[in-house]
Amino acid sequence: MAAGLGVNVPESEKTKSGLTAVEALDWFKKMSLIRRFEERAEEAYGQGKIGGFLHLYIGEEAIAVGALAALHEDDDVVTHYRDHGYVLARGVDPKRVMAELYGKSTGLSKGKGGSMHMADLKRRLWGGYAVVGGHIPLAVGLALAVQYNKEPRIVACFFGDGATNTGAFYTGLNIAAVWKLPLVVIVENNHYGMGTAVARSSALTDLYKKACVFNMPALQIDGNDVVEVRDAVREVADRARSGGGPQFIEAVTYRYRGHSMGDPQRYRTKAEVEAAKGSDPIMRCQQRMLSRGLATEADLKQIVSQIEVELDEAVRFAETSPLPEPRDLYADVLIAE
Amino acid sequence: MAQKSYRDAIREALREEMHRDERVLILGEEVGVWGGTYAVTRGLHQEFGDRRVKDTPIAESAIVGTAVGAAMGGLRPVAEVMTINFTLVAMDQIVNNAAKIHYMFGGQAKVPLVIRTPAGWGQLAATHSQTFEAWFASLPGLIVVMPATPYDAKGLLKTAIRSENPVMFIEHARLYGVRGEVTDEEYILPIGVSDLKRAGQNITIVTYSRMLHVALTAAEQLSQDGIECEVIDLRTLRPLDMAPVYESVKKTHRMVVLEEDWVTCGMGAEIAARVSHDLFDELDMPVERLGQVEVPMPYAKNLEALMFPTQEQVVGKIKGMFA
Repeated sequence: MAAGLGVNVPESEKTKSGLTAVEALDWFKKMSLIRRFEERAEEAYGQGKIGGFLHLYIGEEAIAVGALAALHEDDDVVTHYRDHGYVLARGVDPKRVMAELYGKSTGLSKGKGGSMHMADLKRRLWGGYAVVGGHIPLAVGLALAVQYNKEPRIVACFFGDGATNTGAFYTGLNIAAVWKLPLVVIVENNHYGMGTAVARSSALTDLYKKACVFNMPALQIDGNDVVEVRDAVREVADRARSGGGPQFIEAVTYRYRGHSMGDPQRYRTKAEVEAAKGSDPIMRCQQRMLSRGLATEADLKQIVSQIEVELDEAVRFAETSPLPEPRDLYADVLIAE
Repeated sequence: MAQKSYRDAIREALREEMHRDERVLILGEEVGVWGGTYAVTRGLHQEFGDRRVKDTPIAESAIVGTAVGAAMGGLRPVAEVMTINFTLVAMDQIVNNAAKIHYMFGGQAKVPLVIRTPAGWGQLAATHSQTFEAWFASLPGLIVVMPATPYDAKGLLKTAIRSENPVMFIEHARLYGVRGEVTDEEYILPIGVSDLKRAGQNITIVTYSRMLHVALTAAEQLSQDGIECEVIDLRTLRPLDMAPVYESVKKTHRMVVLEEDWVTCGMGAEIAARVSHDLFDELDMPVERLGQVEVPMPYAKNLEALMFPTQEQVVGKIKGMFA
């Protein structure tokens, strides 16, 4: 118990599970894939090939990768709109993610959703949602279905620091706690809700303390340490799975890019962004692997070059895929009955 | 045939569907131990227990959002929002989630959800006396049902619960005590089918929900003066079934739309636009609309009584169309 917080904060036993070369290589690969995927998307956006909003996850990759590594394959995942990282971390083919960004019929949501609405139900990825906090009650409902059917699964819901100021956060998590639902919520505190700093928008700046209003166990972790994220999520997911009710994690991280494309970032200095890069999740993972002898420089170089090949293919696929047909406009409004 | 109240008919539909399908559950404010603030769910908590009849906090966005998520996860939730006024608190969940999720993920997810909520009034003043069916009826991705009789309410609710789509099922607080014939045999009614409630050849009245009853009594009175009204109950507001309306207008060449909502941008505006466009040459005169006075609802009983078209006003308006 952390003293004086008024909430039950279990001790996080960091890296208690150890770290194998297989895990480390997988996580390094996934984090690097997400980053390079988004850098490619950024380029394509600049060329006018991707429209609308494009919210990049660069700098926050350890959370999606670490958390999904801790979950079971059939656990439900519900996310906010900065969602490319989760689908890639769960193994969705980057081709289909890139095609969705291009608005092509081969995209994950057939070109109907775009960057903010990536879903793959076969992988129990229930989608990215774009009204801040609005997806939290959906995760609560999915957890109700799991509990109702007495399944050994849990639901993981990701949202940003900004969502913790919304009504849906309070009303949704309160119900989850009253009904002791198998839910893990992970707040990605990247320090800014759009351009407004946490301290300028939230009366509490240690966001995990907000869990005390739900009498919910809560942890604050280093969201840029993939191992710490994996271990913490695994620990609380086990607890939620075994009837311990909903669990709350605040993962502290930092977003390198603007809120979306075209954000002039007047709310922070370049020096602040550069300083944050000193704690880069991919760099830290890499250093740990090298220092522990879990991989060689050559291994990592090979992974990175494989990623480039995979992304070349993803971009080619997106560019050459067909647009949705005009008749697709009318598909899937209602289910015919 | 037995005479049953609108309230009891709705409860029977819920009970029958809960017995039929283990996935059906009810959640909402005071639906359980209390038995429903309008007593619609009375007895169901005792019969089905906490697992299937869930009392929630007073938090409509979470009630509806949780129900949407549960529907995505394979259940058949029936969420009760205590009055339609409180759906405003849940609007993000209804508009952005319930109505969009099937489409925006390319047809992957479905939301087989029913939101039951009553319109109504009774000296409840400005924020508790509204009716927003036209807002919901404007939304692709949503089905909107608004039944007027016990028979229709039961049959349509059973179909709504079995539907794969999200359904707004709008009841009316002032109809709960209204009785009508409800067959003892199990039946369901199709969504999206308007119903001829009274045949007549002189004028068409298009209406739904409580105003159907005003229309029928007005039609009875007008009949004594030799004006035979054809009364069509829309029952479903989205998708709209205009075929019986068109058939009727081709016969009568006159039409009044009667609604309880404000007429500006209301259902009557939509009906009038469609009829004016599609049957322009059939109309002998412009379509008339009768609805709520365009002010917020006052508390004082005498003022409230001025808010909605009465039988006398409907009779007067229609007589004027034959003057």
